[in-house]
Amino acid sequence: MEKQFVTVDGIPVEINGEKNLLELIRKAGIQIPTFCYHSELSVYGACRMCMVENEWGSLEAACSTPPKAGMKIKTNTEKLRKYRKNILELLLANHCRDCTVCEKNNDCKLQDLARVFHIEGVRFPNNAPEVKKDESSPCIVKDQSKCILCGDCVRMCNEVQNVGAIDFAFRGSKMVISTAFGKPIKDSPCVGCGQCVSVCPTGALVLHSEAEVIWDALHDSSVKTTVQIAPAVRVAIGKELGVKNGKNVMGKIVAALRRMGFDEVYDTTLSADLTVMEETKEFAERLQSGKNLPLITSCCPAWIQYAEKKHPELLDNISSCRSPMQMMASVLKEMNKDVKHFHVAVMPCTAKKFEAAREEFIVDGDKNVDAVLTTKGLIRLIRESGIIFEELEPEAVDMPFSTVSGAGVIFGVTGGVTEAVLRKVSEDKTRSNLLTLANLGQRGSEGIKEFEIPFGERNLKIAVASGLGNAEKVIRRLQAGEQFDFIEIMACPGGCVNGGGQPSANKDINARNVGLYQADKNSVVRRAEENPVIADLYKNVIKDKAHELLHTTYRKR
Amino acid sequence: MENKIDFTVLDQAISEFGTEKKALIAILQRAQEVYRYLPAEIFPYIAEKLDIPEAGIYGVATFYENFSLEKKGKYVIKICDGTACHVRKSTAILDAMRKELGLSESKKTTDDFIFTVETVSCLGACSSAPAIMVNDEIYPTMTPDSAVELLKSIKEKENV
Amino acid sequence: MFKNVAELRDYRNLVKAALAKEKLRIVVCGGAGCVSKGANKVYEKFLSIMKEKNIEFSVVLEKENAKDVRLKKSGCHGFCEMGPLVRIEPTDWLYVKVKEEDCEEIVEKTVLKGECVERLCYTENGKTYVEQKQVPFYKLQTKLSLFNCDKIDATNIDEYLANDGYTALEKAPFEMNSEDIVNEISESGLRGRGGGGFPAGRKWSQVARQKNFPKYVVCNGDEGDPGAFMDRSVMEDDPHRMLEGMIVAGIATGASEGYIYVRAEYPVAVAKLKNAIKQATEYGLLGENILGSNFSFTIKISRGAGAFVCGEGSALTASIEGKRGMPRVKPPRTVEHGLFDKPTVLNNVETFANVPLIIVNGASWYKNYGTEKSSGTKAFALTGNVKNTGLIEVPMGTTLREIIFDIGGGMRDGKKFKAVQIGGPSGGCLTEEHLDLPLDFDSLKKVGAIIGSGGLVVMDESTCMVEVARFFMNFTQNESCGKCVPCREGTKRMLEILERIVEGKGQDGDIELLEELGEMISAMALCGLGKTAAGPVLSTIKYFRNEYEAHIYEKRCPAGECQKLKTITIDKDLCKGCSKCARLCPVGAINGKIKEPFEIDQSKCIKCGSCLSACPFKAIKEN
Repeated sequence: MEKQFVTVDGIPVEINGEKNLLELIRKAGIQIPTFCYHSELSVYGACRMCMVENEWGSLEAACSTPPKAGMKIKTNTEKLRKYRKNILELLLANHCRDCTVCEKNNDCKLQDLARVFHIEGVRFPNNAPEVKKDESSPCIVKDQSKCILCGDCVRMCNEVQNVGAIDFAFRGSKMVISTAFGKPIKDSPCVGCGQCVSVCPTGALVLHSEAEVIWDALHDSSVKTTVQIAPAVRVAIGKELGVKNGKNVMGKIVAALRRMGFDEVYDTTLSADLTVMEETKEFAERLQSGKNLPLITSCCPAWIQYAEKKHPELLDNISSCRSPMQMMASVLKEMNKDVKHFHVAVMPCTAKKFEAAREEFIVDGDKNVDAVLTTKGLIRLIRESGIIFEELEPEAVDMPFSTVSGAGVIFGVTGGVTEAVLRKVSEDKTRSNLLTLANLGQRGSEGIKEFEIPFGERNLKIAVASGLGNAEKVIRRLQAGEQFDFIEIMACPGGCVNGGGQPSANKDINARNVGLYQADKNSVVRRAEENPVIADLYKNVIKDKAHELLHTTYRKR
Repeated sequence: MENKIDFTVLDQAISEFGTEKKALIAILQRAQEVYRYLPAEIFPYIAEKLDIPEAGIYGVATFYENFSLEKKGKYVIKICDGTACHVRKSTAILDAMRKELGLSESKKTTDDFIFTVETVSCLGACSSAPAIMVNDEIYPTMTPDSAVELLKSIKEKENV
Repeated sequence: MFKNVAELRDYRNLVKAALAKEKLRIVVCGGAGCVSKGANKVYEKFLSIMKEKNIEFSVVLEKENAKDVRLKKSGCHGFCEMGPLVRIEPTDWLYVKVKEEDCEEIVEKTVLKGECVERLCYTENGKTYVEQKQVPFYKLQTKLSLFNCDKIDATNIDEYLANDGYTALEKAPFEMNSEDIVNEISESGLRGRGGGGFPAGRKWSQVARQKNFPKYVVCNGDEGDPGAFMDRSVMEDDPHRMLEGMIVAGIATGASEGYIYVRAEYPVAVAKLKNAIKQATEYGLLGENILGSNFSFTIKISRGAGAFVCGEGSALTASIEGKRGMPRVKPPRTVEHGLFDKPTVLNNVETFANVPLIIVNGASWYKNYGTEKSSGTKAFALTGNVKNTGLIEVPMGTTLREIIFDIGGGMRDGKKFKAVQIGGPSGGCLTEEHLDLPLDFDSLKKVGAIIGSGGLVVMDESTCMVEVARFFMNFTQNESCGKCVPCREGTKRMLEILERIVEGKGQDGDIELLEELGEMISAMALCGLGKTAAGPVLSTIKYFRNEYEAHIYEKRCPAGECQKLKTITIDKDLCKGCSKCARLCPVGAINGKIKEPFEIDQSKCIKCGSCLSACPFKAIKEN
């Protein structure tokens, strides 16, 4: 077929399957401003910042106009510049302008565009009614005064996550983003996945910060501080700290945490290995008895809350295994019973904050995980400490948990838990079988992946879903009578690498996946059961307390 | 004054309009007609039957003018503020009625739930401007005085 | 249930013959205007008097043994100002402002003796008009889409059939194929009557081309413009004609299901339409294999819940789908992805009402009416400060002068014409210089106005144009869905500025800021409501800039309408010092000694006017 072109500011740009002008224009090296466009969400077209001028002088929204051969558009004309400034001024007029004390200072699209477009003053009074922040959720904080109503969070919560905790309410200049009846977020169907925070262009939705209690513990010399780092953190943190996105910087993180004052630093990957052991055992039992199949994974706390709120009928199917974070925490708390001990978990996840506060994980009033630090939160702490991250020499985690397996590392990516479990389940322990097991279909960032593998006299039917909307699709099929043996569910699209607590991946999730698979490949131990530390743990710490320390229960919410 | 919500109203509406998402507005309209407002208790019920998140139903309920989340009066008085009525001074009628009933822009219903006074953008009775509507009946060519008279006659009927 | 065309024709002949047997009909107008003025009581009175006098009469069309005398309640006659209206058929005598007390005389003279009660006939400038068709209000009108409204009893399908209703269905599914129908409609030049004026034939052909089924026909009955009630009349007074138009659209485009979206404020229209759908279904004119053809079509009603923006196509379909009525970005267009994401023909009530006529009489007949590029007629709701308010229909191209001064009878109370607001909150104003402008889609567009849905609000010298602009902006701002920034935030700020201007707090630069925002909103807003939101403001600034300037720089309202810009003073010579005003003043702005003239402290006065009506000596005045 002949090549087709759109002329953008006088330069011909080839059309190559772009859905809309916006993507085509970006290809031409021009960054069109937008607030409400996200390629993974439906086109909303409300901010009107991406308007471009056609050859007849009228304006059209680049986000919703498909490219057609022969189009001639201009992206920066006198009219457009004036109108975009008008829009920014109107948005700023209603907006809380305490930028310097905003969580999103320097990371805010509104602030950024206001600077880029040289908005020098606002001619309208801010007469928006004062609204209290909603700080009821342990995971996220909502501040209406900073909302520009782009609707990104609403579409994320409804379209992608199928949670529907928030939606638009009222209309016109009274429109707000709201839970039903404006109830506190904690009383809504919110599962704390934090994906709304990831797409919010301003400070209207931010993560709940626990930085202060962590500093307090670090500065209290009578308290022993321990910290664990989840697999997905190591490939996402670098981007913000002068290292390439996707590069595994675990060693630098360990070094940074030690400099900040943590007494002991551990890798959650170890407890992921523990999870593999326990979950595989459970899976084998269920396969044997034929009861409560499929087994559904339990590592993701947002998924757990989703199931507890929307699908209580599935609770018996969910693995009783605690998440790796909680396994590590209960083991550490068990080991440090006799000292004043404060345990922090560095997680790619916002829902972990809710998980840490679950009553099942509070023993005699003491939380197993005392504070959860998201990747973004850790970046803040590192900056606050003045540590120049990129210059740090890598360090190893503390003994006795310094050996971790590659199986545990890939927990951070969708399909990873499944692959780790299959490595244990499969009787063929050769190196070449690892390659076979890597190519069953669980890898890749598609929302739903399915495959079958032979097991004894039958095939195991396995599904891997990431994104709660995708999980819901699988559940509907399950309810319609389809048989599965094992289902892995991660609430965030792509898994923990794209978690709500991570710095925005900007479509480059793949680099993070590659980083984790590379870490797996480089591991000396590739299977959980081959990790010598695990055997020691069972023997010396867990002993007969496996049930008490490593398993949990769920309830309808 | 705690009224028990009669859910059979909803069941009837649901069996009449179905459980597809498109039935939502019709079901809410029925609820509004019967209860004279949309009680919070019905939201989870409808949410489950139609598989729409409560926040979404709340979004629809607050988008359309005809839905009310607060209980309305037995007599809902709509004062037309359409163009024709406006140029024939409908605002004076609104002011007079509010004054008579002790209502305001923010307080639209009397404490005894007899009267609700609100404005409507146009009743389509422009030739009878200024017009008001009490429940479903239109009263033409009103004046502030005749509006107050009307209120008095209703009050008499209701013994308040 | 008619199984084929022959059965329908036979039945029509039967009801036609019955209708012809009626020798005298008392037709009481049942339009909203007349009803609100007591038409129902007049009807009841006729009923009881005729019973009392043992006059043999019927109230419905009797198929078998029709009576000589018939008492009928019809739809809107249009001349709402003069209601309640009663017309005598077939003599065409028109009685205006009929009261219950007049009924006895009408029965005595007209029914029993065949005489006209001339004292009830319409009089203008000393001349009495006996026949309706001679009355200037009617004489200049051409009723096509409203033709049946003042004639038939809309609750009875037989009356529609007797007046040649559903004739298009004898033709469309049998003698014409989809392409023929689309061609006929295209050829007729029919353009959408809802505002945009998009050629209906082109829209239909775009839907007919789609291969994605099912397809839908949607009728927009969300007539939300304040000051417009044409569609209401068609839906309430001639619902079958609309259904017929929709069915034809279904045949033309391959749609099998229709939806009528009726605004919440029209409960009567909903009831009449429901009844009409039921009757048409019973007669086999809706449903499976209509009249034995292979075409099936059903129609459902969707009631609005109170949101002006639902008049916008994609907001309307969202509302039918049970969602918030927020317009979506286009493309994709409604013709491809409309209701339930399927190809959809969306036209308004008046557009569909024209369709059967075009099918039956042909495109070239239709083109006899109106102008070359805007064929046919247009219904307008004539309101405001004009003598004869009401519902009218005129050929496209009729001038404003003819409408206001000939049909409308000129200005009320002898005041001077100032402007007319056309097209509601999406439109603009036209002034004296436009009085001879032919009203059609294109000439209006040239002067920055639109026909819109057809509201014409006539304003005289006592109307403040800034206040008019504020009124419309207040309306639009209230009705903005809130989705796009230009409309949500822009209209809010424009309203703020207009409010301060009419309150006498306008600032230098306000007019320019209004223009700046208005221009931006028009270019940038997402939907039609937003794009036209600034129309009334921009056009009043264009033609009445001096009024804005007087408000801002002289703190004066030239029309004397803006309350906050009035000065209220006490005439010292008339004031007796009774202190009544001072006691009533809510802000304590009036002071004085008993039995001496009081004075108003202008810095405290909030111009509420309480004192004005309270003064027993008429000593308090405002200017």
